[in-house]
Amino acid sequence: MNLSKILKNGFLIILASLVLTACATKKTTTGQMQGDVYTGTDSVEYLASGVPDRVFFATNETVLTTASRETLRKQAAWLRKNSDINVVLEGHADERGTREYNLALGERRANSAKDYLMTYGISSDRISVLSYGKERPVDSGSNPLAWSKNRRSVTVKAN
Amino acid sequence: MLLRYLFILFIIIPIKAFALIEVDITRGNLNPLPVAVSPLSIDNKSKENFKKILKQEDLGSEISIVVENNLRQSGLFNPLDKNAFLQEPDVANLKPRFEDWNLIKAQALVTGKVTFVDEKLRVEFRLWDVLAGKEMMALAFTTVPSNWRRVGHIITDKVYERLTGEKGYFDTRIIYVSEEGPKTKRIKKLAIMDQDGFNNKYLTLGNELVLTPRFSPTNQMVTYLSYFRNLPRVYLLDIETGMQEVVGDFPGMTFAPRFSPDGKKIIMSFAKDGNSDIYTMDLENRIVERITNHPSIDTSPSYSPDGKQITFNSDRSGYQQIYVMDSNGKNVKRISFGNGLYGTPVWSPRGDLIAFTKLHKGKFYIGVMRTDGTGERLLTENFYQEAPSWSPNGRVLIFYRETKTNSKGEGFSAKLWSIDLTGYNEKMVETETDASDPSWSSLLSN
Repeated sequence: MNLSKILKNGFLIILASLVLTACATKKTTTGQMQGDVYTGTDSVEYLASGVPDRVFFATNETVLTTASRETLRKQAAWLRKNSDINVVLEGHADERGTREYNLALGERRANSAKDYLMTYGISSDRISVLSYGKERPVDSGSNPLAWSKNRRSVTVKAN
Repeated sequence: MLLRYLFILFIIIPIKAFALIEVDITRGNLNPLPVAVSPLSIDNKSKENFKKILKQEDLGSEISIVVENNLRQSGLFNPLDKNAFLQEPDVANLKPRFEDWNLIKAQALVTGKVTFVDEKLRVEFRLWDVLAGKEMMALAFTTVPSNWRRVGHIITDKVYERLTGEKGYFDTRIIYVSEEGPKTKRIKKLAIMDQDGFNNKYLTLGNELVLTPRFSPTNQMVTYLSYFRNLPRVYLLDIETGMQEVVGDFPGMTFAPRFSPDGKKIIMSFAKDGNSDIYTMDLENRIVERITNHPSIDTSPSYSPDGKQITFNSDRSGYQQIYVMDSNGKNVKRISFGNGLYGTPVWSPRGDLIAFTKLHKGKFYIGVMRTDGTGERLLTENFYQEAPSWSPNGRVLIFYRETKTNSKGEGFSAKLWSIDLTGYNEKMVETETDASDPSWSSLLSN
């Protein structure tokens, strides 16, 4: 069972990287977005090999995209394997919104990621949520691509 | 004659205001009133004493400069060049030669006298109507010498009130967030300064992120959001003692705090499980009351000055809009219906208007509307600006503006700006560092 899960996840990772490479080759640098959701890998770090640490959102949205759900399933699998690790989900917004609303939006984004991890069997005790609103952008640019990188929920090891 | 002129001046402003079309970004000249602010006269002995204590060469002159700058900054007055003054300050204060002041086109004249009495600063000042050749006001007060800048602000408030018929806003302070460092790693500190940018003081060290400070009605306390220990919570800070305590110690983030008009409660948002609602906490008995209960984001609450209503920001319609409700959370009504998104509603101290931030087609606006949502007027448009805060007389708004970075992500800055309710007199408020989230105090003296 476990083995098949791992294999399945491994398969997903391979599939995902194929998709990503495909995207990268097909699109120019300004095309690292689908709609206005970031699909590139510029700012992405990895919790473990093949386990991206973050998911991206559309403007003013908190809904998880297909790609985000895939990332979170990998995170869930990694968390199941490493049951001693707790995480903080850090929710962020871009600079194109008022500060207070963005704090709420960041909290909501992190919680949609949390809810998804929980449906894949991760206990809520292991996940805390922290919203930074627009306070901690990864890209200081004032353009749609930078904003798309900044609308994110990042899973960070808490211990 | 002077009185008639001013009467006209202040009738004209509101009429112009209401005649403005939807987006007003025009800059107009209002023919500010020419006023002469004579240096306050000072005897040699007092001069020497103040020089010792305050390290000011000529305190009389320095105080008059404070007044002059305030009047100029207001946009309603045009302080005349002191080099053109013909009368000596001490003579002018006794009995101005009105012909001389008339000659340089001054319509109002401020004179005064500063003395050192029993280790105290004694100030008297007079306001004269040059055309009518009459004294309009004479006042005297005594204070500790270190308050000398405040003396200048109080004189300005009195002059402003006498000439406009409205309370001034000069003896006030601004609390704000001082910002330094790269955009991706901003260091933020609470800072407080006089309304004119002087006497700047930092209230936190910058070890943790701090946001959205707001004064209590008595100006003694500040409520703000701190990320101390990575737990974003609403805090209370006593400005004089420096004592800090957490007030929003809920099982989740608390943010967007403001005081109730009586200073007894803090209203704020509490975010849990992806939902933000509005709560109040009674500061005396710590009783928490839930005001909104809706699966949408409810934030940025602000009381009406009578405390009976609350305006707030919610996306219950799908996008950020402005709502008004009774202070118990009943009778929720949406009031913003224009194109775009609306945020940061803040009720005017006069009670008749709500200032807000609007986002429409990639631009940010500061605007005002009546409390039923009618009469929307946009005062200023920019790449990014938000968070208006009212001057205590409800005539001026202070807010912050951020610049667009270049293609390399460089050139970011955040500054405070102020603008009149009329949409005129937009000015940058100088700060030592970059600055955001300004909150205007009420008048320190009344």
